[in-house]
Amino acid sequence: MVTKRIIACLDVRGGRVVKGVNFLGLRDAGDPAELAERYDREGIDELVVLDVTATIEGRRALAATVESVAARLFIPLAVGGGIGSRDDAARVVEAGADKVSINSAALRNPALITDLARVYGSQAVIVAIDARRAPHSNGAARFEVLSRSGTMPARDDAVEWAREAADRGAGEILLTSMDRDGTRAGFDCELTASVSAAVPIPVIASGGAGSPAHFAEVFAHGRADAALAASIFHEKDCAVAELKQYLAARGVPMRLLEQDSASSVRFQC
Amino acid sequence: MNVVIVDYGAGNLASVIKAFSAIGARPAVSADPGVVAHARAVVVPGVGHFERTAAITPAVRAAIDDALRSGAALCGICLGMQWLFEGSREAPAIAGLGALPGQCDVIPASASIKVPHVGWNLLTPTSAGSRLLEGVGAAAYAYFTHAYMAPRTDAETAVSTHGTTFPAVVEHGRVSGVQFHPEKSGAAGLKILRNFIRLAEAG
Repeated sequence: MVTKRIIACLDVRGGRVVKGVNFLGLRDAGDPAELAERYDREGIDELVVLDVTATIEGRRALAATVESVAARLFIPLAVGGGIGSRDDAARVVEAGADKVSINSAALRNPALITDLARVYGSQAVIVAIDARRAPHSNGAARFEVLSRSGTMPARDDAVEWAREAADRGAGEILLTSMDRDGTRAGFDCELTASVSAAVPIPVIASGGAGSPAHFAEVFAHGRADAALAASIFHEKDCAVAELKQYLAARGVPMRLLEQDSASSVRFQC
Repeated sequence: MNVVIVDYGAGNLASVIKAFSAIGARPAVSADPGVVAHARAVVVPGVGHFERTAAITPAVRAAIDDALRSGAALCGICLGMQWLFEGSREAPAIAGLGALPGQCDVIPASASIKVPHVGWNLLTPTSAGSRLLEGVGAAAYAYFTHAYMAPRTDAETAVSTHGTTFPAVVEHGRVSGVQFHPEKSGAAGLKILRNFIRLAEAG
């Protein structure tokens, strides 16, 4: 059966992977191509390169970064961050992206989803949704959608927006819990399950990964098809191979590399 | 050796080219029937809706037949593999190559089976013995992204299951096909492409 995917996210700025340090801004976390190669060797299922640059000059570096990451990579690569038009998408696809991820641009102009799906196919179009629990929702939790890097409320209901994105031709949803992002307190399983149940397309859970147990939880209770993390991998708090063996040992369908199939390896994370 | 990737505008050429280049094959990319007819190895890639295969012109189709008659090997990838059959219910008016019998059909979805089938899935070799999968290992995974599947066939040498079981690799003389994307399937995918090149050279 199809396995649950483990995806590593490289937030990049000016050709370098960066990590956020609370209230202190961004710190360098390494060379994108080197990290990509390391994760690939360790058995990562897919990579996302997310451009967190704020400036136009910075964005120009993205194509070069994508080229460098894609050069010797033979697993799927998605690229997002500031993709606002067909031209932006074309640039990263030409540089080697297999999939493009759009977020605020899709909220501003939902027709862009269909445009890109027509040109590249739905399988190449990811709609990224940043969501957080809406205040004062009585009864079942409601999740609102935020745009502009999670700063502006854009839609009342993440589930509805996800459905619309799927209807318009999105191939996958990349769902980030803004409540959990950076907390390492676990994915938001209720959010993920609500969205996953509502759409016929794969849902990638994002935001909050802190331990292998969190991944197990989001696959079991969050109905996620894939789970994404960044800092726990970059900071080597959790090794990819060991995470996958942990999950496989708990019956989660997992792609294991042949050399990692031995069940005698002890995991440290 | 003369490897030609058929360009009919159905996307994802760059990653296919990159993969063949990485294994040392130096592929040409062409829509020219003259070039295709003289290939030793013909690759038909493709993603998306079956209707896109309408762009494989009668002249290119004839060139593929010519190449095969001259002893070339053919490999269809993803949409390209579906095109090897008689056609697909996704676009009933379009005829496939017809090298294999039957029509492709949509993968049945359910509460637990999302379609399209996206992600890494296990390749289960059938008893037929496969040249493409030589040395690939007993538990190899490949990356799939498709909503339609080929019909079960005597030519299948590996299957995969997503609710339903369908051919993942087909091999029939010099004609072969893979439903997944070998150019996106890591080391296993590159090995499969190397095996295809070896098969083409050996003929």
